[in-house]
Amino acid sequence: MSDRISVAKTYKLYIGGAFPRSESGRSYPVTDSKGTFLANAAQGSRKDARDAVAAARKAFPGWSGATAYNRGQVLYRVAEVLEGRREQFITEVAASEGVQVKKAQSIVDTAIDRWVWYAGWTDKIAAVLGSSNPVAGPYFSFSTPEPTGVVAVLAPQQSSLLGLVSVIAPVIASGNTAVVITSQERPLPAITLSEVLATSDVPGGVVNIITGRTAEIAPWLASHADVNALDLTGAPESLRADLERSAAGTVKRVLRNKASEDFSVTPDMSRLRAYLETKTVWHPMGV
Amino acid sequence: MWEYAPAPESRDIANLKPNYRMLVDGKFVEGSGEPLKTINPGTEEVLAEVSTASQSDVDTAVKAARRAYDRVWSKMPGSERAKYIYRIARQIQERGRELAVLESLDNGKPIKESRDVDVPTAAAHFFYHAGWADKLSYAGYGPDPKPLGVAGQVIPWNFPLLMAAWKIAPALACGNTVVLKPAETTPLTALVLADIIQQCDLPPGVVNIIPGAGDVGAALVEHGDVNKVAFTGSTEVGKIIQRQLAGTNKKLTLELGGKAANIVFDDAPLDQAVEGIVNGIFFNQGHVCCAGSRLLVQESVADELLEKLHARVSTLRVGDPLDKNTDVGAINSREQLAKIKELTESGEAEGAQRWTSSCPLPDKGFYFAPTVFSNVSQAMRIAREEIFGPVLSVLTFRTPDEAVAKANNTPYGLSAGVWTEKGSRILWMAQRMRAGVVWSNTFNRFDPAAPFGGYQESGFGREGGRTGLEAYLDV
Repeated sequence: MSDRISVAKTYKLYIGGAFPRSESGRSYPVTDSKGTFLANAAQGSRKDARDAVAAARKAFPGWSGATAYNRGQVLYRVAEVLEGRREQFITEVAASEGVQVKKAQSIVDTAIDRWVWYAGWTDKIAAVLGSSNPVAGPYFSFSTPEPTGVVAVLAPQQSSLLGLVSVIAPVIASGNTAVVITSQERPLPAITLSEVLATSDVPGGVVNIITGRTAEIAPWLASHADVNALDLTGAPESLRADLERSAAGTVKRVLRNKASEDFSVTPDMSRLRAYLETKTVWHPMGV
Repeated sequence: MWEYAPAPESRDIANLKPNYRMLVDGKFVEGSGEPLKTINPGTEEVLAEVSTASQSDVDTAVKAARRAYDRVWSKMPGSERAKYIYRIARQIQERGRELAVLESLDNGKPIKESRDVDVPTAAAHFFYHAGWADKLSYAGYGPDPKPLGVAGQVIPWNFPLLMAAWKIAPALACGNTVVLKPAETTPLTALVLADIIQQCDLPPGVVNIIPGAGDVGAALVEHGDVNKVAFTGSTEVGKIIQRQLAGTNKKLTLELGGKAANIVFDDAPLDQAVEGIVNGIFFNQGHVCCAGSRLLVQESVADELLEKLHARVSTLRVGDPLDKNTDVGAINSREQLAKIKELTESGEAEGAQRWTSSCPLPDKGFYFAPTVFSNVSQAMRIAREEIFGPVLSVLTFRTPDEAVAKANNTPYGLSAGVWTEKGSRILWMAQRMRAGVVWSNTFNRFDPAAPFGGYQESGFGREGGRTGLEAYLDV
C-alpha cells in the first residue's frame, strides 16, 4: 500500500453557523505538546468578536424561545454526533494536551457524557429553580428562571475539550447564546467541536467559537454593551481584575471560576445558575 | 367633590430624640465622623443630629462583625438564629406605629404608605427569613450550605426601614453578620431598628449600623475583611462598586435603577388600569426603582385613557406626609427635587406635552405636583432616564410586538406592567419582557416570598424567596 498524502484541514472560526477565516487575515501556528507543528489556527480579532456577538444576539430569541424539550434534544444530539467522532477527538486531545491515548479516551468519554448530563437539565431547570410564591394577598405569583442573554466565555487554557464542553454546555442548556474564546495554545479540539455543533441541529449563532490570543480579544468582549455575562475561567491571571472592571460598565454577570476547576467530576448546578435571571410574575386572583 | 378635613398623625408617636448614635459591637456609640443633621423634607426643619462613621469606625464595625461571626453567629444552630430573627419581626410589629410616623417624618412619604406598606412588609421580611435559618438544607443549594461571613450593606433613602429589612433578614438567616450603612438623608428608622435589635438581645456585633454619606459606604464595600457586598441604589453607583470589587473574592449583589414600562392594551378595563398606573408612578412620590415610569398605551385607547388619567391624578392630594389623606408626600431632598425639575424641563424642551396637576402645594418643604408627559418619543431623556419622581411619560404602540420592542428598549430591566383582559396575552408578554418582575393587571406588589431583582443594568441577584438566599450563601 502506497503512502497516501492526507488532506490537511484548514482550521477556521465558527461564527453564526459559518466557518469564516479571521477578517484580519491572521493565523498562528499550533503545535502539539512536544512542539511539533499541527496546523495554523485563525487568529481572531476584535471585529471577529463583534461579529460573533452580533450572531449570538441574533440567535438569542429563537434559542431562548425554543422549548426546553427541543433544547434538550439538540444537546443530546451533540453527544450523539460527538460519540460518532470519538476517535478523531481522542487523537486531537492526545496531541493537544500531550496525554496518553488511554487518558485521552477517558477525557473524550467524559466530555460526551457531560453533554448528556446537561441535555437532561434543560427541562428540569425551571422546576428546580422556579417557584410559586405564597404571597400574603389575593395574587398568584410565580418565578421562573430565564436565560441572561449573550454570554462571553473564556474557555479553560489547559482542558481543550472536556473543559471547553463543561463551560459551553451550561450556557446554552438554559437558552443563552455563547461567544467562546478557545484555549490559546490548544484550540484545535474546539474547532473540531464546532463541526459537531454545526451538524447537530444547534442553530447557527447559538455557539460562536473564536481562536486566537485570549488577552487580545477578551477585553473587547468584557466591555461590549451587548454581552450580558462573562465567564472568566480561562482568563489570564494578570487580566482578570481588568476584565471585571470593564464588565462593570454594563453591569455584566461575571463568573469568577478559575481554570483549576476539576472538570472530570460531575458538576453541580452552579454554572447553570450563573447565567439565569429570575423573573417573578404577579396576577390578581378574583372573579 | 367633597372637602377633606386634615387628619394628621401625631409626630409625638415617633419618640423623636435630639441625637441618634450608631450601633457598633452591641453598643450605641458616637461616630468620629462629622455628625449630620437629618431634616423633615415635608417642612425642611431639622429632626435630629446623627453621628456618622469615620474610616476607622468602619474598620471597628467590620472587626466587631467578624468577631461575632467567628465566635458566635456562625456556630449557633439555625434554630437559635431563627428565634432572634423572629423576635425582631415581632418588635417591628409592636413598634409599628412609632416606626411609621418616624419614617414619614424622615423620608417624606405619606403616612398611609409607611403604615400600610413599609413597616408591615419590613416585619414580614424578618418573619419570613427567620423560618429559613434552620431549613437552609432544603433551599436547593446542597446539604448544609455555608454563610459567607461579614456582609457590608448599603441602602437607599426611598424605603429606609424596608430596605434595611430586605438586607439584614436574609443575611442573618443564612448565618452572616452585618454592617449596614443607611442613606445619609434617612438614617432614623434604621437606628430605631438598631434599638430593636438591642432589645432583642442579639449578640454584640451581629448587626452593626453606621450612618454616613457615600464615603462611608465606599469604605465599607472596600474593606478587606468584608466577604459580601449588597447594594441598593443608583445604577451609576452600582457600577462604581462593581468596579471596586473587581479582582476580589467578595460576592456582590446589586439592586439598581429602572425605567419600567407599564403597558395598557385596548381591551384592558381602563378604570382599573388608571388606578394601577397611578399606583405605579405616584406611589412613594415615584421614588421607586421599579416605578412604572413609562406608560405604553395602545393607540386606539390612548386619548380616552389619558383623559381618565388626568382626571384621576387631579384628585391626588399632595402635602403633609403625616396627614392620613395625603396621597403624594414630600420629595426626599432638595437635590432630588432639583433633579426632577431638571428632567421635566428637558421633557418640555424636547417637545413633549406637559400636564401638571393643579393641586395646591405646601409653602415649605420639597414638593412636586404630579406630572404627566404625553407625545413622548423614545429618544427623549424623560423616556430613557430614571427620574425617580412623580413624573410619568406616555408613549403609544399599535401591536403587541411593538409594545415588547419599546418596553425592552432600555439598558434597565427591573420591572414591567401589563394590562389586558386576555390571559394568553399576559403570559406571552410576560415571557418577552426583559424584566425581573412583571406585574399583570396590578403594579408595585412586594412580598418576602416573591423574588425581586433586575435584568441587565438594573443589577443582579435577587432578594426574597428561596432564590434570594443564594446572595448570602457560599454556593
